[in-house]
Amino acid sequence: MTRDHWLGLLVLSPSLIAVGIFVYVFIGWSVYVSTIDWSGFVPDYTFKWLDNYWQVATDPRFLTDLRNLVLFSVVFIGQCIVIGFILAVLLNRHIKGEGIFRTIYILPFAVSLVVTGVSWHWLMDPTTGINLLLRAIGLGAIQPSWYLSQSWGIVAVATANSWQMCGYVMAIYLAGLRNIPTELVEAARMDGAGPFTIYRRVIIPLLAPVTVTALLLTGMVSVKTFDLVVTMTGGGPGFATDVLGLNMYQLAFQANLYSQSAAVAVIMMMIAGLVLVPYVMNNRRLKRTGLG
Amino acid sequence: MMATTQSDHAAGTMLRSHARAGAVAPTRIRPRHVFKRLLLYLVLLAFAAYFLMPIYVLVLTALKPFSDVNTATMWQLPTPPTLDAFAAAWNAVGGSFLNSVAIVVPATLLATLLGAVNGYVFAKWRFPGSELVFRLVLFGMFLPYQGLLIPLVLTLRQLGLFGTIPGLIVTHAILGIPITALLFRSFFAAVPDELLEAAKLDGCGFFRIFRYLMLPLAPPTIAVVLLWQFTAVWNDFILAVVILNNPQSAPITVAVQNLAGSTSVEWNVQMAAALIAALPTIVVYLLLGKLFMRGLLTGALKG
Repeated sequence: MTRDHWLGLLVLSPSLIAVGIFVYVFIGWSVYVSTIDWSGFVPDYTFKWLDNYWQVATDPRFLTDLRNLVLFSVVFIGQCIVIGFILAVLLNRHIKGEGIFRTIYILPFAVSLVVTGVSWHWLMDPTTGINLLLRAIGLGAIQPSWYLSQSWGIVAVATANSWQMCGYVMAIYLAGLRNIPTELVEAARMDGAGPFTIYRRVIIPLLAPVTVTALLLTGMVSVKTFDLVVTMTGGGPGFATDVLGLNMYQLAFQANLYSQSAAVAVIMMMIAGLVLVPYVMNNRRLKRTGLG
Repeated sequence: MMATTQSDHAAGTMLRSHARAGAVAPTRIRPRHVFKRLLLYLVLLAFAAYFLMPIYVLVLTALKPFSDVNTATMWQLPTPPTLDAFAAAWNAVGGSFLNSVAIVVPATLLATLLGAVNGYVFAKWRFPGSELVFRLVLFGMFLPYQGLLIPLVLTLRQLGLFGTIPGLIVTHAILGIPITALLFRSFFAAVPDELLEAAKLDGCGFFRIFRYLMLPLAPPTIAVVLLWQFTAVWNDFILAVVILNNPQSAPITVAVQNLAGSTSVEWNVQMAAALIAALPTIVVYLLLGKLFMRGLLTGALKG
């Protein structure tokens, strides 16, 4: 450690303290709030063990949230990965105007989720939007109720969200595809492998780190979902499209049930941790994806 | 395992023999090939239409006069197009648009400055444990904000910053550090150590190396970080709705949501407001798409 190293640490320290407080102290604080009895304007510091978690977890609303988290994740992540991968493969075939297509596909990612919500709210309004188009092309028999559906409403929200993220996933797959040495693909071709075999045996396995990154990024979006639900459905009808993020927000900032809200927040962080910790702590994977 | 390998091989041979059959008349344009290309472009165009559709609907509806707004005629062109909805929308959310500018500019500059310095230290002045510290900072990038909201509100209240624009700026600047530090660290790490050693031999220290060697190399990265942070802060909803939910100082995302949630506002106005909210990031993306892409890729994986 030279003098300059100490200087570096000194310059770094305000940021470290700030991030330390805003991330780690706040996490601990949330955990603490989740164990006391704060259910009004004034906190009651009585230690309540895991009572708030029990309260929250036995609420039918919470079970809806978990169900919606699973459904949302499957539909959202699935669409992002499948469509993103297909678009990347198609765009990687010497397309004229590739730049224009790419720009259009990624454009939604530049747009706020609130804007996405306003637009898709009307597109998926059962009386107009997409259903109107379906009627116009003679498919009037297919008239989904979209986000108004009691059981499948969250699928509509997940679809709108994947509209926004598909292009992002496409971009990282495209970069991954272009990093694959052409000799590898050529060698496989020389060995008599057809296009499908090449994809299955060479390209898709080589893109595994990209797929892991895409899973991580879309997985985190699934856990955090809030904006789009607020704008598209407000969690309704009833609690049909409710999610953990909205539940947490309403418990704290509308019902003043801070301790229960903190319990939901801690559960959300634990779910995020399940997705994240193996990834961040894995040295080799970090190196490969350039995060390390 | 054996069986699949063999069938794959057989499939490969079949596809190859196709290629040979096609090669019999190499000078003729093969209709099969043309058909496949045509299909490829049709699929790409269909996806382009899909990705543009929600934005098209916003533009279409926002240009309609109030009398044209009707669920049965959503896809029909406005007769004639008018900017009335935009005028009404600007009346409703114009102030919030300016609030957003007042939030985005300092929050972006602050986070970028801090990210540059931090990335420099993490890349070039590593200390015992700096890798672990960096990883702990990075973790903040992925954290669901819900985990911080209650302590954040309590802290900002204590500091008298709750419900104020500076409160939101500080929050964005601090929570932006992980991503900006990551982007700068990736870039500075790629600067050869020999350059640093040479500068040190010339008597340059920590600050002079940053100022005269690193920063002059960094403008592309600075642009990427500025752009990335600008987009993230402009589009943020959750921090704004929690910290800054009073109509006077709320940013545009909150204002658009309030407008969309109100039943008394016609949807041509809602959509015009949504477009106003989307315009800055769309324009920046269209002008600086390449930089945007670079941020996207460094954020996810280094190209």
